[in-house]
Amino acid sequence: MAESVESVDVAVREEPGAVFVPRSRVVEGVRAYGLIVAMWLRSTMAYRTSFVLTTFGNFAATAFDFVAILLMFSHVDVLGGYTLPEIALLYGSAGTAFGLADLLMGSMDRLGRRVRDGTLDTLLVRPVPVLAQVAADRFALRRLGRVSQGALVLGYALVTLDIDWTVAKVLMVPLMLLSGAAIFAAVFVAGAAFQFVAQDASQVQNSFTYGGATLLQYPPTVFATDLVRGVTFVIPLAFVNWLPALYVLGRDYPLGLPDWVAFLPPLVAGACWAVAGLAWRAGLRAYRSTGS
Amino acid sequence: MVRLYAVVAAGGFRRYATYRIETAAGVFTNTVFGFILAYTYAALWDERPQLGGYDMSQALTYVWLGQALLMTCVMMGGGFEDELIERIRTGDIAVDLYRPVDLQLWWLAGDLGRAAFHLLGRGIVPMIFGSLAFDLAMPGSPGIWVAFLVAVGLGVVVSFAIRYLVALSAFWLLDGAGAAQMSFLAGMFFSGMLLPLNVFPGVLGEVARALPWSALLQVPADVFLGKHTGWGLVRVYAFQASWALVLLLAGRLLQSVATRRVVVQGG
Repeated sequence: MAESVESVDVAVREEPGAVFVPRSRVVEGVRAYGLIVAMWLRSTMAYRTSFVLTTFGNFAATAFDFVAILLMFSHVDVLGGYTLPEIALLYGSAGTAFGLADLLMGSMDRLGRRVRDGTLDTLLVRPVPVLAQVAADRFALRRLGRVSQGALVLGYALVTLDIDWTVAKVLMVPLMLLSGAAIFAAVFVAGAAFQFVAQDASQVQNSFTYGGATLLQYPPTVFATDLVRGVTFVIPLAFVNWLPALYVLGRDYPLGLPDWVAFLPPLVAGACWAVAGLAWRAGLRAYRSTGS
Repeated sequence: MVRLYAVVAAGGFRRYATYRIETAAGVFTNTVFGFILAYTYAALWDERPQLGGYDMSQALTYVWLGQALLMTCVMMGGGFEDELIERIRTGDIAVDLYRPVDLQLWWLAGDLGRAAFHLLGRGIVPMIFGSLAFDLAMPGSPGIWVAFLVAVGLGVVVSFAIRYLVALSAFWLLDGAGAAQMSFLAGMFFSGMLLPLNVFPGVLGEVARALPWSALLQVPADVFLGKHTGWGLVRVYAFQASWALVLLLAGRLLQSVATRRVVVQGG
């Protein structure tokens, strides 16, 4: 703490009028994000009962999705050629990755409302990156419900499945979850950028976030080849879990891609972030306040 | 008096019709989810043809009916009750109670207008997309279409009656979020939105089919698929109408208890 006070002094002395330490935008953004999140956490914890209930609700809402899959498996032994534990691996990995992204960036879909009612202007005048402010806005810890539900199903899958574990496969699981969360987070940012242009169309984003998470719960063999191609090459959601999880399961991906493609998720996530970042900048620059 | 409620209903219709981009975005989302679900159902019915008494094309039709009616019958909750909860919380409800109209009928009229718009604006286009991409079982006779519309109408009233009860809980809880969330969970699961209720096994299936939420999607879908005709149709209408009546009366009862103890906040 003392250190940062000192550096503020230095900054002020060197550059009259500057209040903040010249840090990199990324560090500053992450720090601001953390501060805003901490504020919302304190506010959430003021109503503990409400927090526990809504977290449970969040957990239950996604758990019903899995109950529907269990009900399906009360009638069949395989779905699209996949057994229940195999589908549980897909479900759990998609659920955990999406849940993490939703926890960290899920507030982005409120941007359209802020543009409409003009409260976005408040964020623009603060000396903090707008992206960090929008992402941390109304940070909802209750979304841990979704993460934990996904993680439970994933745990069930890993315990039940008879996998021929190798070092690469063991490493693949955390890699898959982290890059998957990053890919979904990029979708949230890109979707928010789109809301600068069409504020009323925030629902379109749900097709790719919630819709994508639902899609990835099922094996790719269930879907038409063109749809699988679309989510592999156009909107690369297949890299969230389909490609890495099928590698862990030792299954072939329907499009006949080489094995090393399963290791691409971190690169794909990086590319998604680059595209989403550009879209965000373009959107923010194009923003015109209503001025009312 | 009837004229007044007709005007309120027309207002409900126009209010939602104003947001064209939002409607288009909603249609897009319904269509995407329709595609995803249709493929998973196709995989299920591929393994077990005739599951739940549906053949493949009937199962796929069920998926698209679900997307078409999702907003009309408000299976996920949300809509007028959020507004009513907010009015109860802020105390604006006092103004509503002072008006020379019936509170329940006022909101019902508005919700019927909204439902009519959502059926047209959010129902038809996804259904067309669905029937272009998949082989759906469309009704052959105009009589079934009419019967389907009646079933949807009754479903909307049942849906309204449930959500009205949820909203009134705010008189006691002040924050209606918990009740709204429970209603969302029950609606999503027991309406048959995730999986048709006649695929639910054993006792769970029997209970689910007897609950009011089955009036929102399962009954209208079965009417659409021609599963209920003649006296069977009368029986399912009676099922929907009795739930509507019971829940609406429960709403009135709760309303009279609530208004007797209402203490308006503010000052």
